[in-house]
Amino acid sequence: MNAEPNLRDLKQTPLVVRDLTVAYHRKPVVWDVGLSIPEGKLVSVVGPNGAGKSTLLKACLDLIPRSSGEVLIYGEPYAKARKRVGYVPQRESVDWDFPVSALDVVAMGTYGQLGWFRRVNKRSKALAMQALDRVGLADYAHRQISQLSGGQQQRTFLARALVQDADIYFMDEPFAAVDAATERAIVELLKELQSRGKTCLVVHHDLATVPQYFDWTVFLNMRVVASGPTAEVFTPENLHKTYGGKLSLLTEAAEKIAKAR
Amino acid sequence: MEWYAIDTWIVIVGMLAAISCALLGNFLVLRKMSMMGDAISHAVLPGLAIAFLVTGVRASLTMFIGAAVVGVLTAVFTQWVSRFGKVDEGASMGIVFTTLFALGLLLIVQAADHVDLDAGCVLYGAIELTPLDVVWRPEFFGTVLDVPRAAIVLLIVCVVNALFVVLFFKELRISSFDAELATTMGFNANIMHYLLMTLVAVTTVAAFEAVGSIIVIAMLIVPAATAHLLTDRLGTMVILSVFIAVFTAALGHVAALCLPGWLGFDPSIVETTSTSGMMAVVAGLVFVAVLFFAPRYGIVTKRLRRLEDVSDLAVSREEADA
Repeated sequence: MNAEPNLRDLKQTPLVVRDLTVAYHRKPVVWDVGLSIPEGKLVSVVGPNGAGKSTLLKACLDLIPRSSGEVLIYGEPYAKARKRVGYVPQRESVDWDFPVSALDVVAMGTYGQLGWFRRVNKRSKALAMQALDRVGLADYAHRQISQLSGGQQQRTFLARALVQDADIYFMDEPFAAVDAATERAIVELLKELQSRGKTCLVVHHDLATVPQYFDWTVFLNMRVVASGPTAEVFTPENLHKTYGGKLSLLTEAAEKIAKAR
Repeated sequence: MEWYAIDTWIVIVGMLAAISCALLGNFLVLRKMSMMGDAISHAVLPGLAIAFLVTGVRASLTMFIGAAVVGVLTAVFTQWVSRFGKVDEGASMGIVFTTLFALGLLLIVQAADHVDLDAGCVLYGAIELTPLDVVWRPEFFGTVLDVPRAAIVLLIVCVVNALFVVLFFKELRISSFDAELATTMGFNANIMHYLLMTLVAVTTVAAFEAVGSIIVIAMLIVPAATAHLLTDRLGTMVILSVFIAVFTAALGHVAALCLPGWLGFDPSIVETTSTSGMMAVVAGLVFVAVLFFAPRYGIVTKRLRRLEDVSDLAVSREEADA
């Protein structure tokens, strides 16, 4: 799909995926995926439901076993590169009634740097407070997390990712069911991360905003249909190949593309 | 009510069992696997039986090890069944522990029928009898203390569990809240899960042998669930659950001593009722009280607050009208 970077460039490439296949109950979900993502890009991963987007992310993060293939983060396997990686899971993946405050959740972003046994210290809390302030939630720091709105919960997760201070972020649907203010806040944050040379891989559902928010796009439907600069690959042909016969959706998307240009 | 040294030991043993269970129970409740203690306390039966069949003696250490190993296996099998069998964790737990329990019953009936290895006795261990098994008699300032074996065993379990919760507090918090993030950061959530399950198995076996499984199951769930209604902070929840466990154990025994008298039984015939049962009942009553009157999440408190809000609104409307 993309030209493989040579050995020296591999260390500068945030993510290289080679021949990755993942199967659940012997049914492949991700099939022979190859990717190479350059540094400093905002990358959207799009595809229909069940296309394996979350699975791809989790396989990159060593959360689920791979049937075959390899994933390299800055030229190294995940276990060696974990401190350079941030993760924003889907909002529904956790229990929001858990007895923690927004500040507690954001401070979890520092646990990786702290390592085993070291306790959460003042520095962790100060960093967490700063991050909460940046996503506009400083006043909500001591709220139990179920008392936050959906958008605020999502921003709490993003603040936690900020505190992780990673070089590459994997985000699973951060835009799902958020209010307009949160959507703007997330976009702003992504742009800022990009300006600091960070790479963000974002599972995204709203095709209409892809060209506006992301400069690189991966079309996924079990296999990689296309991957490259959004301006080049975000075409009706690729949309059609990825989403198949869902015509109404396609025409709608095509219109939006036309408008965006 | 007459109080003897034996009563003091019963309360101490009850408290130690309750604290040991409550400490771990917080994380079982938060991980939505509260019934793991129930499953383990039943599933260990074949472990007890096999340990007995292999060694031929009712030595408590080998049977303890046998039971603890099967307890951990229960957790392992539960995860396998739910992963490969397309059933949720609860159903998978039910499949595993009923199968193991039945297997244990068969083993006992088949091979050990002639010895006193009674399933009922295993499940309903009698806390009232623990002070009779004295293993250590130190002298303090002229008084001899008859320290029962159960008190020493449960003290060790209690200290181990407390150290576990304190040392791994951060790791327990993140792996219970967000297992995937924990794993990506290098705190393998599976390792934490099995560490916790191992301690639950050891605690369950140690405690139910002494005090009976009803307290174990109750204390793994009820103090933690009660504490969760009272606070929004994990650390506070753990501490509160320990206090509730201590309170429940003490009140449970006192109630067991007093209740027959209050109900009008002749004290010379019916002296006390079951302490284990009473502790579990008290725990349930404390939970119900908190459920209604907890400062923030109580049913009655919420209702009252809503009424206040409504009347405040009415007042401010009247003021606005005037």
